[in-house]
Amino acid sequence: MKTIGLLPAAAVILIAGSVAAQTPDLVATGKAKFAYACAPCHGAGPGDDGKPMLPGTQSLAYKYKGEKPAALELRSDLPAEILKTFVRRGSWSMPAFRKTEVSDAEITAIAAYLAQSSKAGVATKTR
Amino acid sequence: MAILPPRVSAAQFGSAIRQFEAAIGKEWVFTSDEDLFPYRDPFSMIKDEANELVPSAAVAPDTVEQVQAIVRTANQYKIPLYSISTGKNYAYGGASPNVRGSVIVDLKRMNRVLEVDADRNFALVEPGVAYFDLYRYIQDRGLKLWIDTPDPGWGSLVGNAMDHGIGYTLGFYRDHMGAHCGMEVVLPNGEVMRTGMGAMPGAKTWQEYKHGFGPDPAGLFAQGNYGIVTKMGFRLMPQPEHWRTGMVTVPRRRDFIGLVKTVNYLSDLFIIGEPWYGSPLRRLMGNTEFREAATRAGGFNETELDRLAAAAGLHSWQVELQFYGSEKTTLANWEYAKELFARNVPGSRAIDGESLRVPLTQAQIENTTGPYPTNMRRNVTQGVPGLGVWYQTGRTEQQQDRWNETHFGLFSMVPRSGEGVFEAQRVFADIAHEMGIPGGNALLTPVNWYQFSFLMASGFGAAGDLTPAGKKKQADLLRRIIRANAEHGWGDYRAPPLLQDDVAEAYSFNNHVLRRFNETMKDAIDPNGILSPGRGGIWPKPHRSLRGKLKS
Repeated sequence: MKTIGLLPAAAVILIAGSVAAQTPDLVATGKAKFAYACAPCHGAGPGDDGKPMLPGTQSLAYKYKGEKPAALELRSDLPAEILKTFVRRGSWSMPAFRKTEVSDAEITAIAAYLAQSSKAGVATKTR
Repeated sequence: MAILPPRVSAAQFGSAIRQFEAAIGKEWVFTSDEDLFPYRDPFSMIKDEANELVPSAAVAPDTVEQVQAIVRTANQYKIPLYSISTGKNYAYGGASPNVRGSVIVDLKRMNRVLEVDADRNFALVEPGVAYFDLYRYIQDRGLKLWIDTPDPGWGSLVGNAMDHGIGYTLGFYRDHMGAHCGMEVVLPNGEVMRTGMGAMPGAKTWQEYKHGFGPDPAGLFAQGNYGIVTKMGFRLMPQPEHWRTGMVTVPRRRDFIGLVKTVNYLSDLFIIGEPWYGSPLRRLMGNTEFREAATRAGGFNETELDRLAAAAGLHSWQVELQFYGSEKTTLANWEYAKELFARNVPGSRAIDGESLRVPLTQAQIENTTGPYPTNMRRNVTQGVPGLGVWYQTGRTEQQQDRWNETHFGLFSMVPRSGEGVFEAQRVFADIAHEMGIPGGNALLTPVNWYQFSFLMASGFGAAGDLTPAGKKKQADLLRRIIRANAEHGWGDYRAPPLLQDDVAEAYSFNNHVLRRFNETMKDAIDPNGILSPGRGGIWPKPHRSLRGKLKS
């Protein structure tokens, strides 16, 4: 307690945030929301009607050409702030999502889940 | 970029916002640029221009009572509202209103599946319920029901029906407004009304008999602006025990006429689900000789098309059929269909397709092999929602460094006959020649979303030039097609806000008596013109001067 008390306020918040990001509840919430809101386009399974990939995954495959994984669950470079930018502003054919669809807290949870899934190398196969 | 609703002062708007906040909670009233950005239409033809259809605010109620409170406040300050369900009406405006500065009423939080009955085969849902949601609800409970989903499954059942959206299974269910049964609506004065049997307190059959007694006003709320729908019932298809497909091909161009007649017969006897027309001759479009015959101005060279098709060993047309029922009944229906085609269209050939027991396994849903290459979007015909079709807007193998920013929907309603299709092909090709753009050819096939009519995609040439001049040309093309449709008695079934006045203008029988009738009603029940002014080309008196003013 004493040590933490000596740290600058910002550092305390960072540590608290980092601990929170690893809680099983947050990851579970993020996983469920990813499956609901993201996986139908960004999952790793096949696309509809014989397409090899889902549209979001396919687009990212063309974009990164192997430099980064096309499936978001394998990406370790999507912390909440970056994720929020893409969700709220959209990107190319991905439309922006409103707070009524995905809350800021849920974006944070999805980021926590992606951090874990990318470490585990596990991506959602079903749509 | 803060903007105000038309003819509302900053002080009045501030007061209205405070009332909205008091009614639904500050958290659900959005006014910042950041929060309003996702309400813009990413495919707008007037994106970033001074007249882009952006809102002044968005409010997201969670209950019917909150919707009523919002409507009352809007009346007090004469603020135009524009209601959206899930806001996914892309190609038709997305979440953007007809009047710049409207306040969006975002109903996404009202996302409860209120009732599903798997014995009487219906659902009652709120506007925020997406096709994905209802599908998951049914799957999670193991109910023996199918949904009829449009292409992207993220849209709302209510919202899709409210814009006359469609699906892909049996004819009755494909017409989503037609398959609705009973709705609850907040009227412009804030009162709550229920249609059909729902008008009876304690009704036991709200989702079973939609007409009730007397005039049924339900149709007024689709592509209209007479109320905000807060609940809606839908008839659902019982899960069939078997799903079967088959394909019929015909050799010559003119055989299409007999093909369509026979499909119409089977369709209107409710023997088949949605038929999928196509032509393998598309692969010959790279051949200069063929392309010239298939795109010739003033009429195609049909003799040459038949000759080149025969030389390539290809049939001219095909239709893929689907059957729902038991293994035996689907087989009997397919055998009967084969018999009819053989009798009606000499030279036709029938090929057996898939035959699957339902419920389908995940592997069957994802199966990519079949007796023949299929053009069908199998999954939606199987009642499985997805986002797969969204690939059309993104990077593709051919265009890996761009996206389809001009994703506009425009479909011409043409007669359900081979002759009707041929005429539309010729007219579209002539327009393309006239405007010097690609598109319009002898292979354009109709979609049979609505059981009793054909729709022909007429927004061809859409992708491409994204400069303001390019977008202007695109809008000019779409307006040219709308006029051509009117000249030929066809008409469009749906349009983004930018083109709704143009489409409505064509429905002009007897000096626009329909529009005058609609606007007389609009003025009577919404004197302040607060609900979605301009939607469907219906302008309330306070905003009527805006008619036809929205230009790219």
